[in-house]
Order: sequence, then structure tokens, then C-alpha cells
Amino acid sequence: MDLIAQLEAEQIATLGKTIPDFKAGDTIRVGFKVTEGTRTRVQNYEGVCISRKNGKGIAGSFTVRKISFGEGVERVFPLHSTNIDYIEVVRRGRVRRAKMYYLRSRRGKSARIAEVSNYKAPKAEA
Amino acid sequence: MRSGVIAKKIGMTRLFLEDGKQIPVTVLQLDNLQVVAQRTDETNGYNAVQLGCGAAKAKRTSQAMRGHFSKAGVEPKRKVVEFRVAPENLIEVGEEIIADHYFEGQFVDVSGITIGKGFAGGMKRHNFGGLRATHGVSISHRSHGSTGQCQNPGKVFKGKKMAGHMGSVRVTTQNLQVVKTDSDRGVIMIKGAVPGPKGSWVTVKDAVKKPFPENAILPAALMSAKKEAQRAAEEAAVAAAAEAEAEAKRLAEEQAAAEAAALAEAEASTEAEKKEGEE
Repeated sequence: MDLIAQLEAEQIATLGKTIPDFKAGDTIRVGFKVTEGTRTRVQNYEGVCISRKNGKGIAGSFTVRKISFGEGVERVFPLHSTNIDYIEVVRRGRVRRAKMYYLRSRRGKSARIAEVSNYKAPKAEA
Repeated sequence: MRSGVIAKKIGMTRLFLEDGKQIPVTVLQLDNLQVVAQRTDETNGYNAVQLGCGAAKAKRTSQAMRGHFSKAGVEPKRKVVEFRVAPENLIEVGEEIIADHYFEGQFVDVSGITIGKGFAGGMKRHNFGGLRATHGVSISHRSHGSTGQCQNPGKVFKGKKMAGHMGSVRVTTQNLQVVKTDSDRGVIMIKGAVPGPKGSWVTVKDAVKKPFPENAILPAALMSAKKEAQRAAEEAAVAAAAEAEAEAKRLAEEQAAAEAAALAEAEASTEAEKKEGEE
């Protein structure tokens, strides 16, 4: 392992985040820490994950899209951000591509994603 | 003025801070950085230390350089650089400089050879705007346009920005902040980008445009000093352990003595009671 990979692995270990297995097409709920003045609270943001970038590494990120008051909203979260309290998978979608950008041009019925009926959790990495 | 260091640019990554911020950092590594020679006022007319970094194969090192390294008593080095220092900050030949030379939050200047871009046009090289996409412009959309006036002056002025070779020049980026150091691995993390490709040599110096930090280590953070400190700490730990053991022993003895005394007292009192009962 080169030095950069080593440093990144160490940082991921020290951050100690539990990141569930999810991919594009899944509906996820993200608890994002919001600071208002002096106190912080956790804000929920739920929507469809439409892309994951840069894998599980320290630079990894994912995009969550939701329809808020009739307007499409997309937010990009760094996977290992210290501002993320938790990530929950609400629903697993059956999709055939890695990036769900086509959802941007769809509304309502055509923007639905079928649910996976036979989800199998991946084996834990040795 | 103290010595700088030679470092290898390893690459870039990011650090997540507790408050949710993430900062981009460049990872630099000190690879066996040793003092190879000294330049002094008496012999050379100026004061400097010559540092060597990396490891070179002896058979690929020239005879002259092999002699130079053997005189210093160090392994052949890949890269050799001189740093001007104040006479009181000269470092002994053979000493190894470690990453603790810089502390977290310190500002430094980093120099390196930038990535070569080859022959580049005006738009890339000097941020020219180029010509329009339509309105009669043909073929020359990325050209530089006019280079001067007419018959008077009748020449192109010297220094006119034009297309040409770009990159592969020595560049210094000033006032970069040190984010983290790790002397065990020789790693220095610097906020932001540093000139040069991965694997290239860069030199790091204290920032010239900031006041000299008071807690900087003079003349340099040395491996010998670190080892000395480690040894002292180990000795202190051993002494402390011995002291603690002695203390524990003393306490145990005291307790035993107290117990014996209490026992004797109890016996005495029971005997006294017995006597009373007899009487």
C-alpha cells in the first residue's frame, strides 16, 4: 500500500463511521448536523441516491435527489464527512445503471424505481 | 535564518476536521534527509548547509560524488540542495533532519519544478481570451490576435506574451500552512497544492513574508535529539517504575507492620481481658 492509501485508510479508521451498503437507486435518509448559532441539531434529508462517486475512499461522495415542494433538489454529501450523523437505507431500488441522472427529466409516475425483492448483503471484507 | 528541508511530493488527499470542514492537503515526505556538507564564511565566503535526500545506488553515483558522500560519512543521496543559514544555525555533517522541523500551523514557502506543458498557446499560457466563435473568424479561434502597432514602432516589443514553452520552471508558492507532521514516517502535510508532479523533489523553507515563529526548533529538528529525548524518556519511565515499585514495597511493609502491631495489640487486649476475668 502506498503512503497516501495508508494515510487515507488510517483516517477512515479514526473517523470510525458506519456506512451501510447502498448504491444508486436506493432511497436513503441522511442525518446531517446543522449548526444554528451555538447549538447543533441533526437534520434529516431523505431521497433517492442518484450517484456515488470515488468509491469507499476518503474522497467518496454521493448525491441524493428529492422533490421538495414540487421542486427537484439535489445534495452532494462527502461519504466520510464529520457532519453526517448517520446514513440509513430506507428502500433498495432495482436499477440497471450506476448513475440515475435520467430521473432529472422525469416527474411522478415515470420517476418511480422498483424495489429489490431479493436483496443480499455483501460479504464483509476480510 | 535556519535550514529548510528537501522533501518528496507524494500526492494529495483530504483531511476531515471535527467541525465538519475538510481541507485539501499535499503529503510531503522526508526521505533520509541528512547534512552532507557545510559552507562556512572562512572557507567559502558564505554560511550554508548542504542537505542530501533519498537513496542512490553507489554504482550509479559518480566517483566525485561518491568521494563527497564518503567524506561526510553518509549513504549516496539522490538529491542534494544547499540552504543558506545563519552561522549559529549550522548543523553538524551527518545529522538527520526529521519532520518535527515544522510545527502545525506554521507558514512555509515551497519550491518545486512545475509540470511541463510543452509548447502551449496564448490562451493556456497567458489566459488570453482568444477570438470569437463566429462573426467571420475562421480557423484562428484560439490565436493570440495582434502583437503590436504599425510602421511606428515597426517591431514587436520584447517580452510580448505569445505562445511558447510552458511549465518545467522553478516556482515558489508562498505562505502555505503546515497542517500536520509525523516524524515517525517523515510526513509533512501542507494545506493546498505544491508545485510539481508526484514523486518530484520540493524544498520547504520558513515563510519569508511572515514573522519568524518563536517556537521553531533551532538549528533544526534532528534525529539525534529525538533519539536522545526518547532515551531520556525511557530512562525516566524506568526510574519512575522503580520508584513506584519501591513505594509499593514500602507501603506493603508499612501495612504488614501495622497489621502486626494491630495483632499484637489485639492479643494484649484479650490477655488483659482474660486477666480481668481471672481476677
